[in-house]
Amino acid sequence: MSSKRKTIIPIGPYHPLQEEPEHFLLTVEGEKVVDIDWKTGYNHRGIEKLAEGMTYDQVTFLVERICGICSTSHPLAFCNAVEDLCGIGIPERAKYIRSIIAELERIHSHLLWLGLAGHFLGFDTVWMWSWKYRESVCETMEAVTGNRQSYAMMKPGGARRDIEDGDIPGIEKMVDGFLPKLDLLFETVRDDPVIQARTKGIGVLTKEDVRKYGAVGPVARASGVDVDIRRDYPYAAYDLVDWEVITTENGDVFDKAVVRLLEMYESVKIIKQCLDRLKEVKGEIDVKIKDVPPGHGIGQAEAPRGEVFHYVRSDGTNRPIRHKIRAPSYCNVPTFKATCIGGTVSDATIILAAVDPCYCCTERMAVLDKRTDKKTLTGKDLIRLSREKTEKMIRENRDEQH
Amino acid sequence: MNILFNFVVFPGFLFTAVAGCLVSWIDRKVSARIQWRVGPPLLQPFYDLVKLTGRETIVPEKGARLPFLISPLVAMSSVILVSTLLWRVIVSPETTFIGDLIVVVYLLTIPSIALIVGGSSSGNPLASLGASREMKLILAYELPFILAIFVPVIKSGGSIRLGELLFWQWNNGMILGSLSGFIAFAVAVICMQAKLGLVPFDMAEAETEIVGGPFIEYSGAALAVHKLGRWMMLFVVPMLLVVLFMGGIAWSSWHALWGILKYVLLLVIIILIRNTNSRVRIDQAVKFFWGPVTILAVIAMALAVIGL
Repeated sequence: MSSKRKTIIPIGPYHPLQEEPEHFLLTVEGEKVVDIDWKTGYNHRGIEKLAEGMTYDQVTFLVERICGICSTSHPLAFCNAVEDLCGIGIPERAKYIRSIIAELERIHSHLLWLGLAGHFLGFDTVWMWSWKYRESVCETMEAVTGNRQSYAMMKPGGARRDIEDGDIPGIEKMVDGFLPKLDLLFETVRDDPVIQARTKGIGVLTKEDVRKYGAVGPVARASGVDVDIRRDYPYAAYDLVDWEVITTENGDVFDKAVVRLLEMYESVKIIKQCLDRLKEVKGEIDVKIKDVPPGHGIGQAEAPRGEVFHYVRSDGTNRPIRHKIRAPSYCNVPTFKATCIGGTVSDATIILAAVDPCYCCTERMAVLDKRTDKKTLTGKDLIRLSREKTEKMIRENRDEQH
Repeated sequence: MNILFNFVVFPGFLFTAVAGCLVSWIDRKVSARIQWRVGPPLLQPFYDLVKLTGRETIVPEKGARLPFLISPLVAMSSVILVSTLLWRVIVSPETTFIGDLIVVVYLLTIPSIALIVGGSSSGNPLASLGASREMKLILAYELPFILAIFVPVIKSGGSIRLGELLFWQWNNGMILGSLSGFIAFAVAVICMQAKLGLVPFDMAEAETEIVGGPFIEYSGAALAVHKLGRWMMLFVVPMLLVVLFMGGIAWSSWHALWGILKYVLLLVIIILIRNTNSRVRIDQAVKFFWGPVTILAVIAMALAVIGL
């Protein structure tokens, strides 16, 4: 024990830093952070369990509501999983539509993060400006899909709604108008000495730590680990267009910002190419899935925060009997242990924000018996319960048939 | 009776409060326009005060009741006192007395100290963290601030009366016009930003880090008094710099307008700094004030001594 008195600084469950309820406990000596612990579970909604009671088509709408910000990456990963399960491919036109929507979402999500990061640093002007620019992306989304968020564009077997030729000029105009704004934001972040003083060399995540914690997405790429689901396990139209994976070397907060800003340029590149191809490639936007064979399927998608992973198991009925979701924050949040300790409280807040955590995607639940401090429902129990329910369902179905 | 009137109505409490509300509205409105927002209506600060006064004032169970409740009052009354002294001199410079400059500088540190006392007595770890930051911040900016204020004193031949400083500037031109005066003014503006607790030096209350720091446990009327004291500071401190460096306000025809314009100009500088920077860490702030800023202040003093 050190002679200095240790204090616990709570960040959460309700704190202006975070827009969702979660609880970080920073153990500090003066301003220095010596340990960090966190508690989540304030937001658990039992999505995986809910999915087991829905048809494959309904699940896309359910998983869309896992996260409000990356609301298309979950359905995309789920559709990939179902298509993997059925062993079908999707029409080329649907591929381009999927990529356009996913990249537009990446732009709006990164802008949202940039604004919040500015706010956390006390730079409210960056916050407001970046969200103002984000507005044009959201409006384009509304014009194309009918919704600013939760676009409902994905469907197992293709796209639910077409991007018509009439929509394309509007998207192109928005994207072209967005580039100068992006330049402005990029220069602000790159050249501002105070932002550099607050973010350079802060919260460094080394390559080893990325591997140790299994960090994904921009967090890993900022540390020089070259991973991107879009390139490594291509889905949608990412292997049909020309783009690059952005990596930087330092792994600090500044680099995480730079990676996201540069990724927006790549997103613009992808969107433009997809739009050009969309003008030429005509035809169906989906294949009809008549029945889902028994078996299992795996789907991945590169959400703005990193890899989204969906696993679907089928028994041949129209509902999944097991649906497993792993959101990127589930891998990225534990890296706080490597990045926050040793910094100050001021650093900790921006480090926490720098992985762009999304807690509602990550929530897990455990029920504790307070008297014995034992878990009354462990993960195994939940799986057992879900299996029992499935078996019961199958049995009942068979009985009906007999 | 006259003294009481001075303290309570003009130029004391009532005048400073109204001006403080107005100034904080300007701050909020201009910030909003810079950030592409609409901003609050003119009476918003007043509405805020009325709303807060009507709410329950909660004192934390583990807190020390008396210092917790008294510190907002101490902070506000010291600002009112500064305003009274300052505006009496601005209105009629002959009412000045020996050493009123020193009294003003001394009284201006009291709001920060009251904030530290109030924060520490609330018993909240975030508040005590904020209080410790505020303490470090005072230690950091007070030295260059006082050094900068020495420059007008040296220039005017060792006068420590505010009124004499004004007379000297009316006869010999603004202190800001000389090289040493300009450097000292720049130093004073930076220190003022820290004194007012605005970005980039708002780490004591850093909303996204420590949730308002010393203010976290305040509610109701106590918070209203704290806020009002803050707004008054935003009115009084730039006014002090106008008197020290820019020749105050001369009460004749368009000169009065020019005097008010000087204050508005200073206010715009504050708002611009506040909206184009991010918050620095407390250790960075201390290094910044004790390093470059203090060196600049010393250079300004040296230049003033050799008459530049």
